[in-house]
Amino acid sequence: MNPPVRSRPSLSTLAALLFCLLLLPLAQPVSAAVDPKIDATLAALAEDPKTLRSALDVLAQSRDPRASRVLVALDEGRLTIAPGAVLIRTRDGQRVNAADGQPWTGAAGDAPAMTNAVRRVLASSIERARLRSEDRAERLGAARALNDRPSASAEPALRAALAEEQDPEVVTALKLALAPLDLDSPDKDKKLAALAVLANDGELTVLGRLQPLASGDDPEIRAAAQKAITAIGDRQWLRDQGANLFYGLSLGSVLLLAALGLAITFGLMGVINMAHGELLMIGAYATYVVQNLFRAYLPGAFDWYLLAALPVAFLSAAAVGWALERVVLRHLYGRPLETLLATFGLSLILIQTVRLIFGAQNVEVANPSWLSGGIQLTQQLVLPYNRIATILFALAVLVTVWLLFQKTRLGLRVRAVTQNRGMAAAMGIDTRRVDAGTFALGAGVAGLAGVALSQLGNVGPELGQAYIVDSFMVVVLGGVGKLAGAVAGGMGLGIVNKFLEPSMGAVLGKIALLGFIILFIQWRPQGLFAMKGRAVEG
Amino acid sequence: MHGIRNLHTTRGWVGFFVVAALLLVAVPVLNALPETSPLHVPDWLIPLAGKFCCYALVALAMDLIWGYTGILSLGHGVYFALGGYAMGMYLMRSMAGEGVYRSELPDFMVFLNWKELPWFWHGFEYFPFALLMALAVPGLLAFVFGWFAFRSRIKGVYFSIITQAMTFALMLLFFRNETGFGGNNGLTDFKRLLGFTLSEPSVRVALYWLTALVLLGVYLLARAIVRSRAGRVLTAIRDAESRVMFCGYEPLYYKLAIWTLSAVLCGLAGALYVPQVGIINPSELAPAQSIEMAVWVAVGGRGTLVGAVIGAASVNGLKSVFTAVAPEFWLYALGGLFVLVTLFLPEGLTGLFRRLRRTRAAEARA
Repeated sequence: MNPPVRSRPSLSTLAALLFCLLLLPLAQPVSAAVDPKIDATLAALAEDPKTLRSALDVLAQSRDPRASRVLVALDEGRLTIAPGAVLIRTRDGQRVNAADGQPWTGAAGDAPAMTNAVRRVLASSIERARLRSEDRAERLGAARALNDRPSASAEPALRAALAEEQDPEVVTALKLALAPLDLDSPDKDKKLAALAVLANDGELTVLGRLQPLASGDDPEIRAAAQKAITAIGDRQWLRDQGANLFYGLSLGSVLLLAALGLAITFGLMGVINMAHGELLMIGAYATYVVQNLFRAYLPGAFDWYLLAALPVAFLSAAAVGWALERVVLRHLYGRPLETLLATFGLSLILIQTVRLIFGAQNVEVANPSWLSGGIQLTQQLVLPYNRIATILFALAVLVTVWLLFQKTRLGLRVRAVTQNRGMAAAMGIDTRRVDAGTFALGAGVAGLAGVALSQLGNVGPELGQAYIVDSFMVVVLGGVGKLAGAVAGGMGLGIVNKFLEPSMGAVLGKIALLGFIILFIQWRPQGLFAMKGRAVEG
Repeated sequence: MHGIRNLHTTRGWVGFFVVAALLLVAVPVLNALPETSPLHVPDWLIPLAGKFCCYALVALAMDLIWGYTGILSLGHGVYFALGGYAMGMYLMRSMAGEGVYRSELPDFMVFLNWKELPWFWHGFEYFPFALLMALAVPGLLAFVFGWFAFRSRIKGVYFSIITQAMTFALMLLFFRNETGFGGNNGLTDFKRLLGFTLSEPSVRVALYWLTALVLLGVYLLARAIVRSRAGRVLTAIRDAESRVMFCGYEPLYYKLAIWTLSAVLCGLAGALYVPQVGIINPSELAPAQSIEMAVWVAVGGRGTLVGAVIGAASVNGLKSVFTAVAPEFWLYALGGLFVLVTLFLPEGLTGLFRRLRRTRAAEARA
């Protein structure tokens, strides 16, 4: 049920990314913040590789972006010294002059000898150079990296950086990196200050450091540590609830999309369409086919295949739905239980047909590039774009269907037939045609839902089976024949599900929810939003 | 004598005894014939026949609740599986110490590194207790579920999808290892029932014989119910529930009674099924499985009892043939069956026979 969550970028990958960013501008000539001392040092180093040790000191003190590049390259073994120039090998294998960033065509030169002394100095110099860089993102990255794995050797660099840092976000990151180090300090005030910093912005990872302090001797420190632990816990809790809400909304939109078509047809005709899940599947496979066509014939516009998939999925699912209605369902009106069985048979046939055409295995549907990735709210909370898009998409579909029902002639007829079939027929509405049209519309909406599902999880012949019980539950919970019911049912189920999951586990949470629904309809057999009217019991 | 007269016409009784003789006498005797004989019933057919009898039992239970009372359950697989699990638990316990790990605990618990038996496994080492549970657990669940559902007058498709949700929830639950029923794999590798080795051909024949006997007995019981006064009320509930209420009957008790009985019968079928098939796992709880049960009844013809038995046998016979010959087309056949029967054969095979006979009679008169 839960589509795999894209793994969130960790700090280390973030740092790696920053390193890559660092190397990108290498090809351009150096312009900003040129430090003449660097030119001199690099020139001296090119003359005599033995000056490396003293060159490191200069490089570590400089704010010139070239300095940190040289240090990183040295650390990663990409630095060579040729007669007349210090060279850096870029990721694509080119060599450039470290002094001016121009491509180098001469001899490759030799890697400098790395003595233990050089290595030791290098480790702290890199941090220092990055913390002093002109580039804000790099400073923030360096501070956060230290934050992740605090080391006493970086302390002087951190303090120096903190003393002159202006940017508030970097200041926070620096303070956070220093705080765990200060916790070890004998100075009580420093300890308390560090605890205050952690209480404000600390992450779960420092909890292990705080626990011993919370049971220490000094009552003041004990209280402060306790406060920090509570504050960190509370913050995490709030963040978890935020994440639950977001993922609940996202799941709710999926359920809403999946159940919307069902609610329309169920409300109108009083029949349960067990093949509804397969209409979702058809929508997802239509997306797959469109994707393959784009890949083969329009690779340039591949990113926009999803937009083309929407009408294709809508029309193909609507066509199948229309055919089902014409061939089978219309002969079964007034016999809801038989309809249920017949549509189940149809779903088996559709599943097997898809299996024969596309194979029993799941097929791969790629996210277009504008749907991969996400908004990083905090270091741990990422809102993936595909989930945000699902929420917006569900909203758009909902508004469209609502407008269709409320503002068009077709919608008027559909509502009339839903409320009182006999009376509508007496008023001259061709109820048979309305039935067929509405069924096709419901099926088309299911096809659109299939497009959304293809972006979130696996696409396989059994896709529909996974959603059908949930869709029914949405309809049962929300009540029949009202869009508001589908919205309340879908969102309610989605959000409650996500809030139950962390404490009960996915399966037990779902079981609890099903049990709840069974009890709920004791209380309100018509669902949350019942149709008002004098429906006669059969 | 009057009660028996009421059950069947003389012709009906003759037919019943012919079928009974076929099931109870002919099959075991033909099985005992030497293998060279053209009439010999091969050994592998015996458990298959036993399995079909279990399915027919389920179909009878379905017919009582759907065919006669008009309540379509899409969750009867639950009761069948619960009965099966109760029997499977006895079979597991009866071979304590003989599993792969030579432990007192069932193998899967050793595999999960459990140290002691969960509380709900206690007592299942006694056969009478297990048998009681095989009937009582489905009965109790059905009673509670039915009480809530019928009391708030949930009916029609609403009731059907709620039962489907129930079987889906239980399937999820039983798939978990932590639930304590063997997770995915379920319970299997049984050895002995009451000291008899299950792989022994004679034991298999005996199990089949017992199942067939139970089937015949349950058929008579069901027949007695539907021919009784209470049975008339059930049919009346199916056809016009409000009018039944206006006549001063309370449908709740009738529905609840038949619903619970139907569940108990399914539990019995499950308990008979497991020793013959040798495995019980959560796939029996899949919603599709329960819907298939409804189709057996629909194919045979609802509200006839005989039709349920015929439907269960013919659909499952078809399934056996298809899975052997053309497995990829079985779903087409089954799906097509669902559609064709509901569209063209609303009264099932028995309805078809009846119509044919009527046409012939009309022709003869003409």
